[in-house]
Amino acid sequence: MKAWHFTETAYPFLPPADEYESIRVNLPNRNYDPKKGAALYDRYIKEWQIAEEEGVEIMLNEHHQTATCVDPAAPLMLAALARVTSKARLLILGNPVANRRQPVRVAEEMAMIDVLSHGRLEAGFVRGVPYEVLPANSNPVRMSERHWESLDLIVKAWTSHDGPFSHEGRYFHYRAVNIWPRPWQQPHPPVWVSTTSASGAANVGAHGFVQATFLTGYDGTKAVYESYRRGWREAGRGRDVPIDRLAYAALVYVGDTEAKGIAGAEKLLWYLTANKVPRHYATPPGYAGVAAGVAMLKAAAVTGGSPIGEHANFGRPINVAEAMQRGLCFAGTPDQVHQQIKKFYDHVGGFGHLLIMGQAGFLEHDETVVGIRNFAREVYPRLKADYPDARLSGVFEGAAVPAQ
Amino acid sequence: MTFAGISVELFETGEGAPLLFLHSGQGFVPDHPYVGMLAKGRRVIAPSHPGFGKSALPDWLDTCDDIAHVYLELLDRLGLARVDLVGCSIGGWIAAEMASKAPERVKKLVLLSPVGVKTGPADRLDIPDIFAMPQEKVNQLLFHDPAKAAFDPTKFTDEQLTIIARNRESLALLVWEPWMHNPKLRRRLHRVACPTLFLRGESDGLVTADYVARYAKLLPNARIETIPLAGHAAQVEAPAAFAAKVLAFLDA
Repeated sequence: MKAWHFTETAYPFLPPADEYESIRVNLPNRNYDPKKGAALYDRYIKEWQIAEEEGVEIMLNEHHQTATCVDPAAPLMLAALARVTSKARLLILGNPVANRRQPVRVAEEMAMIDVLSHGRLEAGFVRGVPYEVLPANSNPVRMSERHWESLDLIVKAWTSHDGPFSHEGRYFHYRAVNIWPRPWQQPHPPVWVSTTSASGAANVGAHGFVQATFLTGYDGTKAVYESYRRGWREAGRGRDVPIDRLAYAALVYVGDTEAKGIAGAEKLLWYLTANKVPRHYATPPGYAGVAAGVAMLKAAAVTGGSPIGEHANFGRPINVAEAMQRGLCFAGTPDQVHQQIKKFYDHVGGFGHLLIMGQAGFLEHDETVVGIRNFAREVYPRLKADYPDARLSGVFEGAAVPAQ
Repeated sequence: MTFAGISVELFETGEGAPLLFLHSGQGFVPDHPYVGMLAKGRRVIAPSHPGFGKSALPDWLDTCDDIAHVYLELLDRLGLARVDLVGCSIGGWIAAEMASKAPERVKKLVLLSPVGVKTGPADRLDIPDIFAMPQEKVNQLLFHDPAKAAFDPTKFTDEQLTIIARNRESLALLVWEPWMHNPKLRRRLHRVACPTLFLRGESDGLVTADYVARYAKLLPNARIETIPLAGHAAQVEAPAAFAAKVLAFLDA
């Protein structure tokens, strides 16, 4: 089991939520004070460094035109982290390649970070949330097709070493691809793809990439992993699916006491509850497909929030107890968090990476550091002992062979 | 009917001189009253655009320009050398594209609140972003009386709701970028010499009177008329006035 510290580098100092329509897309950036923002960058980077000191790996992501995640160019942050850390793996999860016009540029950025970090890059690729098609002016229709053409091209750019090749595809066109530098890691950095739907996971499994899923809870996660293993096996990758192919992202806070653990998690919930986004930004046509469009038409009376399946956990009231009960959050004392993660792990059939949203909103620096240290010192060693990386995924409750 | 490698849903009604009707982004609804009105004395031919209704959407197709080529082939298949061409909103855009490519195929052209060109400044959308506003606001732009836009999903079958959702998705595919226009079209419209009528509902909040005026100036033989008490979807909101103006122009 590997654990990763993750923060969205939010800028939480906002006016009251009833004074703006949306925290994303159209919230004027006059609400952003660059000096406060710089101090936040300083402390978030420091927290990543502390995570590294504690033996935890580093993860970051990218969002656009939003106060929830002021990291619109994640490769820049990752390049900085490559130089202020020396041993942690560096996971970007990830590059929203369906929204980026130049896949070869993405391949170059990732290769450069891999070399800058002496081979510590884990290169993730994400679909991107629905509210980001507008900032990117990216067509919400056929995103999946663009995503996969781009990703295949990026891997080819990383692994081609004999001079230029051409690519004349459906969405991207190049006559001479020959990136410098090439990646440090051979044949290329590990590739991760995030999907919160079971339908998308089979394709990730077929490619053999690492599958990450965010806040999909007990049953959603199980379905994603099962689909991944099906895709893996159907692509002829063999019956056994290594545990390190699967990752789960949750809110995690380990306190010195149960009350402090719950209080920390309460602050992490900002990540879900602050996500005020109107329906027209949350549901661009084509993003979630026709069936989801029909469901939305039927639910026409429902207003606000983001009602579509993929991000159904955002933007609506939720408390720590409910989040814990659904497997979105692990919080409490070290013993309690250990038991919660074990229960979840066994239910979903196991995963090799725990992506920890360990900082969000108004969780202060000192609180964040306590959470990181308590996890790293009290919980992480037990998880490593319980769940060695040599395990296979899909082994349920003592079954001798992987479940089909 | 299958042509250009695409299975296209084709609706036909009436007899007389052929009129190719190209629907708006809402899709084609044969029950709308204006259809029967146009069909009095005309052979109305109304395809569902690729991706709309029951028409297929091939993976290579993503622009109104593509659809114009498809429909020129449709005219070939139907053996129609020349037709009257009537289009609403994006249907007007497709009609303008067709006429710019093959002006000799168009007898007369009617464009109701068409989109498709960019004539205003770079820092202002010519057409408001309907995907970045609440549906209630979109309805205010579409209708003179927004109450007419009231939507009750329980009155539709799942198949109909699927078509509505898919139409919306296909509309996004076609208009997303560049927003609601083909930058090349305005450089081609000078070839469209046939008599052309621009129509616009007087309360149209999507297509302004200025926009229509600038659009019409790109065609050498165009004039403009306004339909009172109607918004962008004037063919739905004021069917009799719409049909009367279309037929009067075509018959003149």
